Amino acid sequence: MKITNEQVNNMYETMLKIRKFETRAKDLFAEGKVGGFVHLYIGEEAVATGACANLRDDDYITSTHRGHGHIIAKGGDLKYMMAELFQKETGYCKGKGGSMHIADATKGILGANGIVGAGHNIAVGAGLAIQYKKTDQVCVCFFGDASTNQSTFHEALNLASVWKLPVIFVCENNGYGISVSQARHQAITDVSVRASAYNMPGVTVDGNDVFAVYEAVGEAVSKARKGQGPTLIECKTYRWRGHFEGDPTVYRPEGELETWIKKDPIPRMEKYMLENGVITKAEIDKENADVDNMIKEAEVFAEESSMPALESALEDVYTDIVEEGRVR
Amino acid sequence: MRKMTYAEGIREGMSVKMRENPDVFLFGEDVGKFGGCFGVSAGMFDEFGEMRVRDTPISEGVIIGAAVGSAACGLRPIAELMFVDFLTVGMDQLVNQAAKMRYMFGGKIKLPMVVRLPGGGGASAAAQHSQSLEAWVAHVPGLKVVYPSNAQDAYGLMLTAIEDDNPVMFMENKILYSVKSDVEDEVKPISFGKAAIKKEGTDVTVVSYGRQVLDSMKAADILSKDGISVEVIDIRTLFPLDKETIFKSLSKTHKVVIVSEEAKRGAFTGEIASLIAEECFFELDAPVRRIGALNTPVPFATNLENYVLPNEQDIVIAVKSLL
Repeated sequence: MKITNEQVNNMYETMLKIRKFETRAKDLFAEGKVGGFVHLYIGEEAVATGACANLRDDDYITSTHRGHGHIIAKGGDLKYMMAELFQKETGYCKGKGGSMHIADATKGILGANGIVGAGHNIAVGAGLAIQYKKTDQVCVCFFGDASTNQSTFHEALNLASVWKLPVIFVCENNGYGISVSQARHQAITDVSVRASAYNMPGVTVDGNDVFAVYEAVGEAVSKARKGQGPTLIECKTYRWRGHFEGDPTVYRPEGELETWIKKDPIPRMEKYMLENGVITKAEIDKENADVDNMIKEAEVFAEESSMPALESALEDVYTDIVEEGRVR
Repeated sequence: MRKMTYAEGIREGMSVKMRENPDVFLFGEDVGKFGGCFGVSAGMFDEFGEMRVRDTPISEGVIIGAAVGSAACGLRPIAELMFVDFLTVGMDQLVNQAAKMRYMFGGKIKLPMVVRLPGGGGASAAAQHSQSLEAWVAHVPGLKVVYPSNAQDAYGLMLTAIEDDNPVMFMENKILYSVKSDVEDEVKPISFGKAAIKKEGTDVTVVSYGRQVLDSMKAADILSKDGISVEVIDIRTLFPLDKETIFKSLSKTHKVVIVSEEAKRGAFTGEIASLIAEECFFELDAPVRRIGALNTPVPFATNLENYVLPNEQDIVIAVKSLL
């Protein structure tokens, strides 16, 4: 694995940004400052971080309802993300999308998505556009284990394979489709075996090992850039929180969460960095403090921003038509 | 002036834009060498090649989904579904993705995509290949809906649809594909939201679109022999809808019949009727009349299908009932 210390440090910062953003979002939801449906990525940080560390700004990603981590890892701005959670006009979606719909076209982020499995087909569309324009960009499609039971998974992987599109399908197998465990929603344990049905490479990696993810996705990205088609990569991981905030997680066997907390990807990364002289303890403390400040700044920005003007509800349905309002 | 079929009008509209702009391409089931199930893209594969007239697997979800994704990444896809009936398979990609992405992303993305949707009955194709589902898509904010009735409009509306930066549902009628009509030597793009007055009249306004424009014209001819003067309006686009032309006609005739081939319950004709009731009520001298298909699936047997679908006689009867 070729990786510079600078890359490792950047990945570490991304991991912290995700963890701290999500932890703060959890608290803000509990305080009632953030509403709607919020699906947190805590515990899965290594997947988005390791995958996106291989990407350029002009590469694309599609994301899911649990999208904050992907967006941060692809370069999304914490301020605009937080402002969107706060429903503010300065948010990524001007308060029209919320947590599940954050997008940033300038960073190739084709959106989080509220429909499970919808990103598969959109990612294939991005891959088609790349192939059509004959560039060496790629699209990484993030999705969960349960979405591989949707028809879109089959349609997308089939088309991506037969057309050799530059799409990397990254499955975050966190063991659950909402409350239903993988053993109860599909008769396989490794999602990667499904790749064989499409004659594409399928690999399973430890999704809590950021370097394992980085390496597997890196290889797939480099193939895709050379026109060698798609890859399915399954990253085994676990979400620490419920499906959404407010989920009492009664479906989890006792001790399961604790087992996974012991596999926390962040201390694992810190251990590697300390042992390999990439970082010192003091630098870890400084990085943590810096990211804490970024989160604080994002929150202040969100708090101080205005709610969207009512007329804005009528805009952006079309590029050229403003819908009619109502008189109250 | 020349004669062209409706299918040729659609093909020319697509081909003109594809010659102009390399980002425009057509894809769908059997659109390539085969030329499309109804021959609409015949010859385009030879002119533009397999990357720009591209056969897909039978996967309506990813056809629409890939149109969304490629449009979001800067292309201008034209996706063909073989039958509008198959829209059910790709409905999430259309309704939850195509129609909502721009809005939910705060206007920071645009989706210049056309979805071609051949529909309508009259071919003994039975209930899964004969529907008129335009009300489904017209109901969804974020989509534009076009339904040409003749070759010139098909051509000119296609030029506009491909230029549009929003998802455009291009409804096509299978029976009309082979119908020839006059096309100007130089076809200009036809703005959305501009109805066409196909025939001026003073007694009753008949509002329709698609194949029923032809039925309405036939009915107007029959009625003229009885001295009844019918004004026929082809709305051409369901959204945006040209209410003004309809209301202006009503201010002259004060009576209206609205016709489509949809099953009448929940049909788009109901939307037009309600707009008239809400915004133009005092112009009416008689109740609004709506004509649609009967509220059944479209049957296979010709006599049953003819019974279920509306025709010019239904329009004649409705117009006479208002006088």
